[in-house]
Amino acid sequence: MAETPIQRISTEAPKVAGRFGDGLRRFFDGDIWYSFTRSPVTMVAGVVTLIYFVLALFGSWIAPHNPFDMASLNLLDSLLPPIWQEGGDARYPLGTDDQGRDMLSAIIYGSRVSLFIGFASVILAMVLGVGLGLISGFVGGTTDAIIMRIAEVQLSFPAILIALLINGIMRGVLKENVGMDVKQGDLAYTVLILSIGVSGWVQYARTVRGSTMVERGKEYVQAAYVIGIHPITIMWRHILPNVTGPVLVIATIHLAVAIITEATLSFLGVGVPPTEPSLGTLISIGNDYLLSGEWWITIFPGITLAVLVLAVNLLGDWLRDALNPKLR
Amino acid sequence: MATPLLEVRNLVVQFPTRRGTLTAVDDISFHIDEGEVLGVVGESGAGKSMTGAAVIGLLEPPGRIAGGQVLLQGRRIDNLPYEQMRRIRGKEIGAIFQDPLTSLNPLYSVGRQLVETIQTHTDMSPTQARARTIELLTEVGIPAPERRVDQYPHQFSGGMRQRVVIALALCVNPRLIIADEPTTALDVSIQAQIIALLKRLCREHGTAVMLVTHDMGVIAETADRVAVMYAGRIAEIGPVREVIKNAKHPYTHGLMGSIPAVGHDAERLEQIPGSMPRLTDIPQGCAFNPRCPHVFDRCRQDRPDLIPVEDSRVSCWLYDRASGPGIEVAKARVASTHADDLQEAADV
Amino acid sequence: MSEAAVVSRFDAPMLRAQGLKRYFDVSAPWLNRIIEGQPRQILKAVDGIDFEIPRGETFGLVGESGCGKSTVARLIVGLHAPSAGSIELEGRDIAGLSRTQMAPIRQRLQMIFQDPYASLNPRWRVRDIVAEPIRAFKLLDDPAAIERRVGALLEQVKLNPKDGEKYPHEFSGGQRQRISIARALASEPEFLVCDEPTSALDVSVQAQILNLMKDLQRQLGLTYLFISHNLAVVYHISDRVGVMYLGKLVEQAPAKTLFTTPRHPYTRLLLDTIPDLDMTGRARGPVAGEVPNPITPPPGCTFHPRCPFATDRCRAEIPRPLPLDDGAVVACHGVEEGRIPAGPSLAVPEKPERLG
Repeated sequence: MAETPIQRISTEAPKVAGRFGDGLRRFFDGDIWYSFTRSPVTMVAGVVTLIYFVLALFGSWIAPHNPFDMASLNLLDSLLPPIWQEGGDARYPLGTDDQGRDMLSAIIYGSRVSLFIGFASVILAMVLGVGLGLISGFVGGTTDAIIMRIAEVQLSFPAILIALLINGIMRGVLKENVGMDVKQGDLAYTVLILSIGVSGWVQYARTVRGSTMVERGKEYVQAAYVIGIHPITIMWRHILPNVTGPVLVIATIHLAVAIITEATLSFLGVGVPPTEPSLGTLISIGNDYLLSGEWWITIFPGITLAVLVLAVNLLGDWLRDALNPKLR
Repeated sequence: MATPLLEVRNLVVQFPTRRGTLTAVDDISFHIDEGEVLGVVGESGAGKSMTGAAVIGLLEPPGRIAGGQVLLQGRRIDNLPYEQMRRIRGKEIGAIFQDPLTSLNPLYSVGRQLVETIQTHTDMSPTQARARTIELLTEVGIPAPERRVDQYPHQFSGGMRQRVVIALALCVNPRLIIADEPTTALDVSIQAQIIALLKRLCREHGTAVMLVTHDMGVIAETADRVAVMYAGRIAEIGPVREVIKNAKHPYTHGLMGSIPAVGHDAERLEQIPGSMPRLTDIPQGCAFNPRCPHVFDRCRQDRPDLIPVEDSRVSCWLYDRASGPGIEVAKARVASTHADDLQEAADV
Repeated sequence: MSEAAVVSRFDAPMLRAQGLKRYFDVSAPWLNRIIEGQPRQILKAVDGIDFEIPRGETFGLVGESGCGKSTVARLIVGLHAPSAGSIELEGRDIAGLSRTQMAPIRQRLQMIFQDPYASLNPRWRVRDIVAEPIRAFKLLDDPAAIERRVGALLEQVKLNPKDGEKYPHEFSGGQRQRISIARALASEPEFLVCDEPTSALDVSVQAQILNLMKDLQRQLGLTYLFISHNLAVVYHISDRVGVMYLGKLVEQAPAKTLFTTPRHPYTRLLLDTIPDLDMTGRARGPVAGEVPNPITPPPGCTFHPRCPFATDRCRAEIPRPLPLDDGAVVACHGVEEGRIPAGPSLAVPEKPERLG
């Protein structure tokens, strides 16, 4: 018996790799990949999204400057226009802001912040929503009623309002009780992710609850009961894999929403600090200069944000259609 | 002989898919005479529903008629524009589907749907049409039709809904009704009622019926002639009694033997080894050849045509004058196939 | 009666259900009831039925949709707890046991479902589906041994052991039903509850599955509860048959007896609906009426509104099951009073009705 775990590991490992390779092959052979290659708009959106990811991941190597490094900033270079305008500087292709930060680098770093917060909030909302939806649909009864009433109350307010509310409460509580100022560093990220994540779980929960209730009644679940599988195992191993399809669609569309929400909160000054600007912060900073002629500070981050959100939304739309057998 | 009511010549229905074109109905021909009930029977995937849909011009895209002709009273209807076909569908060909809910609009009362259909195809006044509607509902056996005429489909039970659908199909006296699995969704005692009703009404109105079903029992009760389909082709077509009691195609024979019957005390049912080929890999020659206990070389190479044998026509090389052993021998061979032979064939 | 039969009467049967009831509360939600002033609504899905299945035999249960036959299946395998009554497996009452108490019994008691497209988890490989009971009951724990066992099970249902690598959607309906049977057999059960196992299948595939089930019964000494709406299938596979109508067993008898001398008017009605495949031109009885709403069943004998022999007693008094000499048990006042004319059919002979 003692050697079993080792054996298991040694036999399991290649199997996992084999499954992954197999899964990959099935993906490229499958209908989803096929419908992807058949839709030029989606392919462009996919490529654009991919570029953003690459920029976000490898930004520190690609960007010409490090906008977060205060020491490298030179106030003499502040408010320079883009390179093709009179007074433009070859070192700053998209111009600089009021601090003398290179706009191009700030946008690359800002996209990273936006994507990171967007992703983290989506994952939080997804875990929360899928978990609660699964429990709600599977257990039913009073548990279901309580979770769904909370969801309905939350749904009756705009998500941005919920996010603002949670954000405000957390900032207040943290300052009062712990004495920490959220304006600084990682804490600002955490608060943002929590507020955007918690404001977005409802959609996941409602969708997953619905599919769970359908799956729960199917015969394969009853077969598992007849075998005597524990209900939690049934929920986890049988039902969860069968309700994740629509979650992917919601998550993609929610990513766009989360990025926008982050930008909005940052624009309103309750997001990430100006020292580590996200796209929203950059737009907010530039807003003050928009009417005095320095349009590039706000327009370039604005376009970047719009293109990112559009691309992600298009991907979400396509995924929804591709996974919907009725529209196939 | 007069022109048949419906004639289907070399009909081919295809589905383009990303992995190539699938042929769901592969070059079939048959006809239906005035007032006749033709049963089209086959297992799922045999192409029977597709044939019905092609005749009535309701193939779901991307399915399309890729060849052949459909003639109603000698007039081609497979190439008509949508609007003309729609008019024929209401007036000359009626349709009854498996799920009565798909044929009825849940938002309108059944009376309104009947009245509208009648008024679209005739020049009756609203009062006349309503009177005719109540008459029809009485005819299909709906109790208290004066009251029920204003009710909505969801207020009817499954059997009653199917009766309404039959009324809807019959309301403008079409020459032909396509009934696709009309009783499959119903309970056995209701099934019997609906079959009896359909039979009676069509005889009274002189309506011909193309009855598409997987249920040999329904065919035996209702049809005059029957076409047995296999893998998109007609295996055997003939008078219902001949086909059921005296099946000539090895597939029909196996199919009949596999139906359990009350009073037949066999320990095992006859079983056809294997399963119907997928549309993607239909074998060369006769589509049934890999499962057939009487297969010989020619079956694997050439596709058999329908060969007249007595009153039926059978698509099997056993009955061919040149390659077969002679009709009497062939019949005897097929008829003597027992479960055990088939089991051996399965194990090989 | 032979000596063996006398002895076996004192042995406990494989399964015995006594006074089995299951009621469902189908009322509107509490708030709606209060506001709309509706009463509670109780659906008596199974309303007091008794039957026994001796070891190695097949008990067929027939009836139309909504008669409660599937609920009986679910009660026996423990998917529902009975509202009243007992279910004994070899003399031990298993009704309403907890999940842990039920565990050792489940191993001996498995189920085959109706819909081969819904009864297999689409995200699992076939080998994991078939191995699930083996792992759940901890019958084997060496992965290689499990794999061998799964291969053997797949061969037993005439599938290729290599099929274990595939996913359910790669199989046809009949093959899926074989997988379902392999899974049910994996824990080496003695009793199988089969809920309409062939009604979603084509006839030629149905024949294959029925033959397989009969072969397995012979090889493994299995006992079946076989539920179907198809009378011919039930006749073919069963030793004893019960007919259900609105939650009650109106008649049960040895298969041959039930089909040659049906007693209850409802049984006769059902037999009359069997299509005439022998083309004898047999006259069919006028089958009238539909199954009433089970939430508000008629008083007395629930069949009385459709019964041509109904009397005032039938409309008022619920008939009790009455055992007859030939092993049949019938719940019918008319049979008890001997006022129902003998004969296999309700039909008044008339000219065969046929088109053309």
